[in-house]
Amino acid sequence: MKNAIGRELPDKIGDYIVMPYKGPYEAQMYQRSVASNRRMGHLLANEQKLLPDIKTAILESGLEDGMTISFHHCFREGDRLIGQVLNAIRELGIRHLKFAPSAVVNIKNPSIVQFIHDGTIDRIEASGIRGELGDAILKGALDKPVILRPHGARPRVIESGELNIDVAFIGASQADDYGNCTGLVGPNACGALGYSFIDAFNAKRVVVITDNLVPYPCVPVSISQQYVDFVVKVDTIGDTEKISAGAARLTNNPRDLYIAERCAEVIASSRRFKEGYSFQTGAGAISIAVTKYLHQKTQERNIYASFALGGITGTIIDMYDAGLLKAVECSQSFDSIAAKAIMERPGVLEIDNSNYSNPYTKGGFLNREDFGVLGALEVDTDFNVNVLTGSTGHMMGGLGGGPDVAAGAQLSIVTIPIIRGRTPSIVKKVRTVCEPGETIAAVVTEAGIALNPRHRNYAEISEDAERAGLNLVSIEHLQKIAERLTGIPKHIPTAERIACIVEYRDGSVLDLIYCLKP
Amino acid sequence: MNADTFNDVQLMRTSIYTGGSSPAKMIQAGFYNEDCIVYDLEDSVSKLDKDAARFLVYCAIKYQRPANKYVIVRVNGLYSDEFEEDLQAIVRAKPDAIRIPKVEYASEVRSVDQRITQIEMEAGAPIGKIQLWCNIESYMGVINAREIAKASPRISAMALGAEDFTASMMAKRTKPGWEIFYARNVVLMACREAGISAQDAVYSDINDLEGLKADLEMTKALGFDGKTCVHPNQIDIVNACFTPSKKEIIKAERVCNALAKAAEEHTGVCVLDGDMVDKPMELRAKIILAKARAAGVVEKSIQVTGPQKKDKDEL
Repeated sequence: MKNAIGRELPDKIGDYIVMPYKGPYEAQMYQRSVASNRRMGHLLANEQKLLPDIKTAILESGLEDGMTISFHHCFREGDRLIGQVLNAIRELGIRHLKFAPSAVVNIKNPSIVQFIHDGTIDRIEASGIRGELGDAILKGALDKPVILRPHGARPRVIESGELNIDVAFIGASQADDYGNCTGLVGPNACGALGYSFIDAFNAKRVVVITDNLVPYPCVPVSISQQYVDFVVKVDTIGDTEKISAGAARLTNNPRDLYIAERCAEVIASSRRFKEGYSFQTGAGAISIAVTKYLHQKTQERNIYASFALGGITGTIIDMYDAGLLKAVECSQSFDSIAAKAIMERPGVLEIDNSNYSNPYTKGGFLNREDFGVLGALEVDTDFNVNVLTGSTGHMMGGLGGGPDVAAGAQLSIVTIPIIRGRTPSIVKKVRTVCEPGETIAAVVTEAGIALNPRHRNYAEISEDAERAGLNLVSIEHLQKIAERLTGIPKHIPTAERIACIVEYRDGSVLDLIYCLKP
Repeated sequence: MNADTFNDVQLMRTSIYTGGSSPAKMIQAGFYNEDCIVYDLEDSVSKLDKDAARFLVYCAIKYQRPANKYVIVRVNGLYSDEFEEDLQAIVRAKPDAIRIPKVEYASEVRSVDQRITQIEMEAGAPIGKIQLWCNIESYMGVINAREIAKASPRISAMALGAEDFTASMMAKRTKPGWEIFYARNVVLMACREAGISAQDAVYSDINDLEGLKADLEMTKALGFDGKTCVHPNQIDIVNACFTPSKKEIIKAERVCNALAKAAEEHTGVCVLDGDMVDKPMELRAKIILAKARAAGVVEKSIQVTGPQKKDKDEL
């Protein structure tokens, strides 16, 4: 069968039943109770949660073969926790686990691939896989395909009971012996723990692991004691340098700055760019520069924004400090300035990822967002966006909140150079559809701005952009320029085996990623 | 330059140097807002890469010529080993202009002109279509600027190269730029006499955009037509400097309207806001409107309001 994007899909992949993607707003609301795996507790006053080591915590949690474990990704490339936990699990001889972190995790020392090869892990559900893990998956390291979901879909599958987390391991840069914990302070502060709330609320057992145990009670608190079963103190949970070294730096790449400025012009041309507007820019080089230009334009227009959302950088905190932003709703801190800001500024708030991106709640921030700025590896002439697979066919990134922001924001803008290195970024068909074209309002490149006639706000956006005299071109025009410069890259041959299933926010299947031919 | 001829002149507010040995930068440069793109075979290309760069630039112009840009190639110096081969290849690529570095004598320009004509004839290309930009980069070039500017009908612009010029003067290059003040004026006057575009020296500190803006105040006040950029981040700032402001456009329109009214009423004298509108004012107004039209910034709906306040230093 074919989904609404035209991708050919099987009815079933092993025991996975394929629900084809029909449209961004097509899926039925869930009229049922939230399913939680959380167990009631009854801890008496003299009972303790602090355990001597990770192994003891794993044994106490009741982890067994075939169960599901989860982690957050807030330590990013600096994570030193997942490896410790997986090593302990392996030493205990527990196998065949489902590994379900909140996003892309690319730990290197030890590599996750080792735990696949020895059978500790045999299933993965994440928002992306890359590096050594991605390469191994594309070579067919797992029997079952990896399920890739955007940020907004993960809380949905947890609350619908599709993803039952047995043990959530939550790394915290500060905690007390009773499980109150946070990522906001401590020597290895990672900032907001927005992606761990859903795990803490719904996992059967919750283990908090910290390298900074403080006297009770821990202040501030992100995840509170009532959700936490066990606490473990270890020597280190992360490499600070790789978690957040200072402020994310503003790029000096003239091409990126040029695209960012054009993107800010698209935003400023909109009738929605007025007192109380809201936005999300993300952490890419272009995104940070867009924030800088938005800062200037907001000042020039003498207005303020009501909120900025999602992953937050120091450039957004600068806007807050300049009085241009009422609230910063932070699900993740992308640099140490942003991480620290939650502690020091009353309007900078740590929020649950579900409150940001999950479409199946009683309403989240994305429903009130005016402008969403997105990065991409490729965009095609149907405006479909690829953020997963690179020009060599390898896994390059994660879905993150991209599909959520695209569908949620009233004006979703993809910023992308038309070529990267020797390959085109604007193509006839993307290798992997990650964000459906109809959810993308505009594509901003150095060679012009393409507006999407199929977007729900096209009439409004095109009228505003034309009035502002922006350099509007068709997406086909951009594709032709890119192709003229680079030629058409050869097709990357793939095997028949499916390596990854790319799910949309509602659980329908957008696309499949096949193993590469050896 | 007069207002009537200016109408048809290609905008030359900005020209950006892009290294001829970097395909990625050459491609990218075509997407910025510069009026002129200068593929460089000289200083930004190492000796070992000269051949490759020449071939790359030839192919870039031949097969990937950026749309709506005035395309220039800066060739290696007249007395370099590469000069003849550069001309042979680049004339055949047919750029809009060839930029000659370190010109010091009018005779040099004449010999280049002849050589280009010969190559055009050999290649069956239209004769005389390729223009010349002359870089004045030494005290001798400045001394001979008037003759150089008039040495060939191919010359469409002359530019001051401040770094080499100050070195030849044994002067120190400074941000305020008084050490090049005289040379700027000489080059500018030579350009005006010859009726060609006057291009100001580059501002080489690419991280100091505020310094660039300050430098441009003198550039604009002196009367230059454009400035060469060494980094894409400088382009929009330089363009803004050479694009008439809304206030300038409104004033120019009021001057033209006042003149038209005076002509209708057959009054010999035209007065606007208490000032006599004389020939220089008329010329300046027409040039401003022509530049604004070329830059696409004339708005039909500009409201012509009452008398305007003058800038602090404006006469």
